[in-house]
Amino acid sequence: MESTIQEPFDLIRLSLSERVFVKLRGDRELTGILHAYDGHMNLIMSDVEERIMLVEGIDVGPPGQGATVKVATRKMDMLFVRGDGVILVSPPSRT
Amino acid sequence: MLIFSVFKTLTDQQVTVELKNDLSITGVLKSVDQFLNIRLDSIKVLDEARHPHMMAVKNCFIRGSVVRYVQLPSEHVDTQLLEDATRRESLAAVKR
Repeated sequence: MESTIQEPFDLIRLSLSERVFVKLRGDRELTGILHAYDGHMNLIMSDVEERIMLVEGIDVGPPGQGATVKVATRKMDMLFVRGDGVILVSPPSRT
Repeated sequence: MLIFSVFKTLTDQQVTVELKNDLSITGVLKSVDQFLNIRLDSIKVLDEARHPHMMAVKNCFIRGSVVRYVQLPSEHVDTQLLEDATRRESLAAVKR
């Protein structure tokens, strides 16, 4: 019974100890191994890689041109993520 | 409540708190409460050149809602215990 999906949080529960993708506010994305979560979607993850998308040069040149997206990457060992910044948690792709 | 307990087990450990305004503070975790407000001692701001007004601050209380991340010492986190506790708490939440 434990392995059936009945509510959205079950999807996250089945992703425990697996690598998940997390989208956050402020154009940030994380991938890491999920170890804990709660009802606020506070998360504890390990082996985390964070990607921050920065759009540069949006004011120069004609609209739609001249802007470039720079991606800053950062690695962290063990991380607590506050739930109010979480947009989505995606389970690992099973390929 | 689970995450609150995790932070309680990490008191007196060195942590790095990253705030939503991009300020990162490293310090010794002295206490935490149910809102995940955090008290840090012997603090150091990571990018002191950008935040010179923080240089004189030696300890602080951080409101939980302004925290984005807390980097934890992985050697003091039992991941197996965390996963079991999370499963137990999520099942209890469904029964309620």
